[in-house]
Amino acid sequence: MIKIRIIDPDGNEYETQTDVGGNLMTVATDNLIPGIDAECGGACSCATCHVYINDPKQLQLLGEKSDVEHMLLDYLDTKRENSRLACQVNLTDKQDGLVVHVAPQT
Amino acid sequence: MAPSPIVAIGASHASVQLATSLRQAGYSGDIVIVGAEPHLPYNRPPLSKTLLTQQISFDKTLLRQQSFYGKHNIQLKLGARVKSISRECSQVTLDSGETISYSKLVIATGADPIVLNLPGEQLEGIGYLRNYDDTQSLMPYIKEGKSAVVVGGGYIGLETAAALCKAGMVVTVLEGMERVLQRVTSPEISAFYTKAHVTRGVNIVTNAQAIEFVGRHRVEAVKCSNGESYPADMVVIGVGVRPNTALATDAGLNVDNGINIDEFGRTNDPDIFAIGDCTNFPCHFTNTRIRLESVPNAVEQAKSAAAYICGKELPYQALPWFWSDQYDLKLQIAGINTGFDDIVILGNMEDEQVSAWYFAGDRLLAVDAINSTKDFIKAKQLLSEGQSISKQALKQQ
Repeated sequence: MIKIRIIDPDGNEYETQTDVGGNLMTVATDNLIPGIDAECGGACSCATCHVYINDPKQLQLLGEKSDVEHMLLDYLDTKRENSRLACQVNLTDKQDGLVVHVAPQT
Repeated sequence: MAPSPIVAIGASHASVQLATSLRQAGYSGDIVIVGAEPHLPYNRPPLSKTLLTQQISFDKTLLRQQSFYGKHNIQLKLGARVKSISRECSQVTLDSGETISYSKLVIATGADPIVLNLPGEQLEGIGYLRNYDDTQSLMPYIKEGKSAVVVGGGYIGLETAAALCKAGMVVTVLEGMERVLQRVTSPEISAFYTKAHVTRGVNIVTNAQAIEFVGRHRVEAVKCSNGESYPADMVVIGVGVRPNTALATDAGLNVDNGINIDEFGRTNDPDIFAIGDCTNFPCHFTNTRIRLESVPNAVEQAKSAAAYICGKELPYQALPWFWSDQYDLKLQIAGINTGFDDIVILGNMEDEQVSAWYFAGDRLLAVDAINSTKDFIKAKQLLSEGQSISKQALKQQ
């Protein structure tokens, strides 16, 4: 089990626990986190699971973004350097303690 | 006595989003989701894609893990079918005879495939794709080098053809109309997909209606209106769906190509809502009543209905959008192109990176974007904000 802290757009904090092997989107939906709609179910099609990873080290540990993820993020007004789509973030032991901010909805 | 629960009929995307939104809004009463299938609610789009050919496991398609439902006090009644709705008693009756009272009822019964009922349709190796069990019964027939016939050249048919082709089968698509995707897209995009499939080895036959399935026990061939017969070790039929409205009709709710609802998901009974593929609703963008087969539509309607039940008005005004995955082609559609009179094509058909921008006069209606996510996102933003873009500006890009 790893611990992940998720902060929604209104600033509410959620301490979550999850098994490794899943992705960040399902952790958010399983915990009723507002702002993560996950409409396409993780097919990297909708950009409704947009999050920020503020800690540069944690961001780096998540690895590279795919071309499709890059493209989806590029056209969001709310995109920042530390943006990710939660459905594309796979969770391993390295993500224990990850802090995630949910992006505001556009 | 505790107040009756909110009951949702149908255990799929719409109901799971409804329950999620109700809890997010602070509703603390009981929620019961009744589903005919024995499985936990799952994602249906992969049925015609990765799930059919076992490229992903069923577990990966679950909308939520089992623990989610217990944790948030959402009761699932699976393998249970609702037989009738009694509006006088505010209760539903299940096949088993059990009754469940409701404070609010939400109908999310989706849509079922149109059944052809052709001669020979009972033969082994022939199936439809509505649920996970359908993929399981087709699975044994998916074998490299064997022949598959897909009846229907809509999105489901073409996605299935792509999946079976990738699994090494020799695939023929039989489309009754002049071109594939005729009901939903332009001749240009139909031509693009025809070529994309033919290049990858799929045989596409148009103006070809299946009229009979031939075989002893197992299907061996499909006879066609064009006089031809196509060898088939398996057949998948995908010729469209019909909304599941029988329960609503029997209960005296207004139904017309879907259960009639307003922008809050309300039917003509103040205690009964309907959401998802089974509904007919006033579309904010087309200014007509329409029915959509789409996950985003189900999700947005669920949010509107949940908000209304919790005393908040959140009318459904989100832009309809869709996607289809075939091979390495990612199609994303923003808006609805019904009534277009002009089309601007950007990109390159040869490179398989194309977007088709549909206009009625000067007004942008919709965009089909193939491997062109940035065009999709741009179109989605423009259309959502009620803006257009000049054809001139587009062409100069």
